Amino acid sequence: MSAATTAEPAFVAKTKAGRVTDFVDSRVGGSGILREFGRKVFPDHWSFMFGEVALYSFVILLLSGTFLTFFFDPSMAETHYDGSYVPLKGVEMSVAYSSSLDISFDIRGGLFMRQVHHWAALLFVASIAVHMLRVFFTGAFRKPREMNWVVGSVLLILAMAAGFTGYSLPDDLLSGNGLRIIDGVIKSIPIVGTYISFFLFGGEFPGTAIISRLYMLHILLVPALILLMIVLHLFMVVVHKHTQYPGPGRNDNNVVGYPLGPVYAAKAGGFFFIVFGVLALMAGFFTINPIWNYGPYDPSPVSAGTQPDWYIGFVDGALRLMPGVINGFHFEYVIFGFTLTLNVLLPALVPAGILFTVMFMYPWIERWITKDDREHHVLDRPRNAPTRTAIGMAGFVWYCVMWAAAGSDLIATHFHVSLNDVTYWLRTLFFIGPIIAFIVTKRVALALQRKDREIALHGRETGRIVRLPHGEFIEVHAPLDEYKRYKLVGFESPKVLPAEPNEHGVVTGKEKRRAFLSKWFFEDRVAPATPAELEAAHGHGHAAVEASEDSKSLTH
Amino acid sequence: MKALSQKRRHPLAAVALLLMGLLVMGGLYAVATTVNEAKASTTSYSANDTEEGGKLFAANCATCHGMGASGTQAGPSLVGVGAAAVDFQVGTGRMPMQMNGPQAMEKPAQFNDEQTHQLAAYVASLGAGPAVPEEGLLDEGGDAAAGGELFRTNCAMCHNAAAAGGALTRGKFAPALADVSGKHIYEAMVTGPQNMPVFSDTNITPEGKRDVITFLKQIESTGSPGGADLGSLGPVAEGLFVWVAGLGVIIAFTIWLTSRTS
Amino acid sequence: MGNHSDGSPNHSGTVATAGQNEVEKFQDPGIPPHRLRLADTDPKAAKRAERQVALLFGLSVVGTVIFLVAYFAIDLGEDAGIATIRLQNALLGVGTAFAMLGIGTGIVHWAKALMPDHEVSEERHAIRYEEDRVAAVRIVDDIVEETGIKRRPLIRNTLLGAVALAPLPAIAIFGDLGPRPDEKLAHTMWAPQDGNLKRLARDPDGTPIKASDVTLGSAFHVIPEGLNELHEGKLNEKAKAVVLLMRLDPSSLNPSAGREDWGYNGIVAYSKICTHVGCPVALYEQQTHHLLCPCHQSTFDLTQECKVIFGPASRPLPQLPIAVDDEGYLVATSDFKEPVGPSYWERDMHERSNNS
Repeated sequence: MSAATTAEPAFVAKTKAGRVTDFVDSRVGGSGILREFGRKVFPDHWSFMFGEVALYSFVILLLSGTFLTFFFDPSMAETHYDGSYVPLKGVEMSVAYSSSLDISFDIRGGLFMRQVHHWAALLFVASIAVHMLRVFFTGAFRKPREMNWVVGSVLLILAMAAGFTGYSLPDDLLSGNGLRIIDGVIKSIPIVGTYISFFLFGGEFPGTAIISRLYMLHILLVPALILLMIVLHLFMVVVHKHTQYPGPGRNDNNVVGYPLGPVYAAKAGGFFFIVFGVLALMAGFFTINPIWNYGPYDPSPVSAGTQPDWYIGFVDGALRLMPGVINGFHFEYVIFGFTLTLNVLLPALVPAGILFTVMFMYPWIERWITKDDREHHVLDRPRNAPTRTAIGMAGFVWYCVMWAAAGSDLIATHFHVSLNDVTYWLRTLFFIGPIIAFIVTKRVALALQRKDREIALHGRETGRIVRLPHGEFIEVHAPLDEYKRYKLVGFESPKVLPAEPNEHGVVTGKEKRRAFLSKWFFEDRVAPATPAELEAAHGHGHAAVEASEDSKSLTH
Repeated sequence: MKALSQKRRHPLAAVALLLMGLLVMGGLYAVATTVNEAKASTTSYSANDTEEGGKLFAANCATCHGMGASGTQAGPSLVGVGAAAVDFQVGTGRMPMQMNGPQAMEKPAQFNDEQTHQLAAYVASLGAGPAVPEEGLLDEGGDAAAGGELFRTNCAMCHNAAAAGGALTRGKFAPALADVSGKHIYEAMVTGPQNMPVFSDTNITPEGKRDVITFLKQIESTGSPGGADLGSLGPVAEGLFVWVAGLGVIIAFTIWLTSRTS
Repeated sequence: MGNHSDGSPNHSGTVATAGQNEVEKFQDPGIPPHRLRLADTDPKAAKRAERQVALLFGLSVVGTVIFLVAYFAIDLGEDAGIATIRLQNALLGVGTAFAMLGIGTGIVHWAKALMPDHEVSEERHAIRYEEDRVAAVRIVDDIVEETGIKRRPLIRNTLLGAVALAPLPAIAIFGDLGPRPDEKLAHTMWAPQDGNLKRLARDPDGTPIKASDVTLGSAFHVIPEGLNELHEGKLNEKAKAVVLLMRLDPSSLNPSAGREDWGYNGIVAYSKICTHVGCPVALYEQQTHHLLCPCHQSTFDLTQECKVIFGPASRPLPQLPIAVDDEGYLVATSDFKEPVGPSYWERDMHERSNNS
């Protein structure tokens, strides 16, 4: 990066890098951009890196995927395998599966590229998920970033779509059965389901068209949409500038961190190579999707442990948890001469529908409840927003219950319990798990806030026990410096916002509901410690050492 | 040499010696009797074997299976199950059962090869049934590809496509097949132990079974070309790995990356 | 949830009340003083860091060399075994990992140890200025006004209608992605052809099965005779026609009225395609007589005509009526009496037309 960025008429760049910069600038006019970005400040925290992990995984997916397209043939025409993997020699299979096997066994580096591609795909979706959890729990989705949260959510769905279309391409037994499940789910859609199934598969399942169609979606349409969304996402990050964690010197009017050039750019750039290196290690030493084990797709066989990749797992788990018959009531029934398959339709659509709807809407839901129309650039520590954190954990636990259900058979075999019992337990947890998670999380968050208060007012426990002259034992508390203390006290603790009449002086029903939710949100709260309290605590402590005074602290 | 003498003093040395002795004895016995067995297994048992087997049976098995193996409330009749069933159940330690459970568990065998042979002789004498397979069917010299096709159609739904095992209903499971001898795999197919269906010779021919064993032994011995196989459990294991190990290492790097140098 | 407010006892005055916020809050002490690194003060440490970075870059070069050696020196010829592939894959992984991690950790170490690490505070600018905002709103208003769209509802309504209809051709062309669904879904290859009943054959080799072949406790995976000879649509037919054939003690079967002759001597055949979402229900427990689907654990009880006893399926597996022909082979006396596999909207209609 050069310092010579402005292009005044009389200005002559002196360094070589400067001359290059000037050359490019005088032709395409990039000086404004460089001026804006060259020294842009980015805050530094490890949890801010997950978005980058996702971005870099995507780049690695593009690189390795391009290699794979050179050798993959998405045809479902029949062939007999003639490659070097002996246990499949002469077996009838599709050209798609055969070419996937060739990539694995007969093309140098092909297996490595396949494994890099698949591990990167799993990491891509996983890092998006963790990134979104970070954004949610720190409240980074609040104004002005609501739209970027939506773009990110769209990216999550697109990433899942990219993963699913890719999962099916090798046309092996595992992915073929996955497609068959998808076909079954599509057919359960009322009225149009059968039509969609026939259009997707070009006739009856499995047909001869699906692989090439999914291939087109996988290598063209979905990546193009992802790229478009990434551009939008990053554009908005630039407009908004990055959020930052609360702390001394950080407020809603500034960004504290390192300038893009050189420190941040070096770290972020170097991190790409690190992500690549980690994926290369995984691909070199750990098998992923051993398609040679599964054999070619054939509608008759199936393997124990048939599961989708992890990101589709929660839908598969929901399908497993739904009982088809309860007390003689069949969830599949005939209505006006047509078949309604609720035992498939409900679990396939409802949990995913609820999760994604709440996810998309959440910024607006919280904004409506809190009536908070200010811009937020300083993040919340999760404990300082107990209700939001509890909502997030409830959703997360709900997701995890369904996720675990997708591996119910493996839980049964590995923990030596009955498959049926695992299902019964998970069915119960499906309903009470989120409730327990909500209550526990909220209590833990409030407890942590109280602990923060305690530390801010009385100092940090040192573990040093002192015996006072009259025989009492106390633990010495070390007071915090003002920077550390500010981190513990510098947060907002909003209060319940009661219902307010509108301009006509009427308290509407909607406003009453909002007030009710506001009460639910903010009723339980711990206020940040104030200077007056600190003063009082010191006055009380009296001696040079701060004694732990449980009676005066806020633990009940 | 020093290492060897140290090992000899090991408390398990006696056990190891005993085992070695037994193995040698068993081996000698096997060599001595191969000729007989290879011809027609069902008729190769001597009267002495049958008699000794009868005594062992009365002492160890009759509690559940009844005198004369005619079955009781606690265990089924063994008339007509054949020598293969005994060789499998006793040889893999499933019988005698340690405790009641969803299914009999594999454990170290309670009887040595000779005793197993005698028990098999006794049960085989009670009624015609599948015999212990001939060596020629277990030589892993079949067609692995054909065996793979048979395995995927008939076995993979319970035992997993890579023979890593799988769950059945109410606590039962289909075991992983790695480290199971070809003989026991063959015997399981012909006898259908516990909830496994029977794959008689009219369903899968003896040559087909040989192919299946060839396939299983081949995938077991070559291992996965892609590195560690994570238990061959499929996407669940892979997902767990990427979340725990993959993201774990990445997070460790991010923490290092954003920490301040001293 | 408790209704009391935990941890904020109002009486003790810990809660900041409105208006007092500014006074009661701690003041922001500002960014903590900058702490120098070892490399900032000690030239030796700086030199050491420099060497470390160079070493890491050197390591990357080694990684690249490892990759190239593994790529060219290991030959995946005809006789290369699995172990060779595994070795090459591992070495390519090690090579790439070293090459990438060397560069990555090198750059990061460089940035952390040697580049300036002063935290900078940058002011945030408003995303838009009040002036711009007012102007933008006015411009949009003017544009809308100049089009006159509000004053000319005829134009507006016809435009809306035209735009709403315009995508229809696009949807129509998707209509040729596949044929319309028809009654094909309700029929399988088991229907007798030219008066000849279809024999039951082994999957995958297609040899016909005699009733005497099916011993007690057996489970046969079955396809219709002639399936393997199909040239087109083989998998489509197989996806509907696969059957599981089992033999149990006839006394444990409890056939309902009209189904007494659908089996033969304890031999029964059921569709292998799950009525839930279509996985092969291939796990047969010969003692409990349960059939289990490995995908979503639907369990069917063979002794109750494959009624669902656990899991997400709602409908029993369809039974294939079988008998024995003159030569002792098992044959299907007719097609399934109902559509096999997962349910779909028209399923009941198809079932009724099958039986009429």
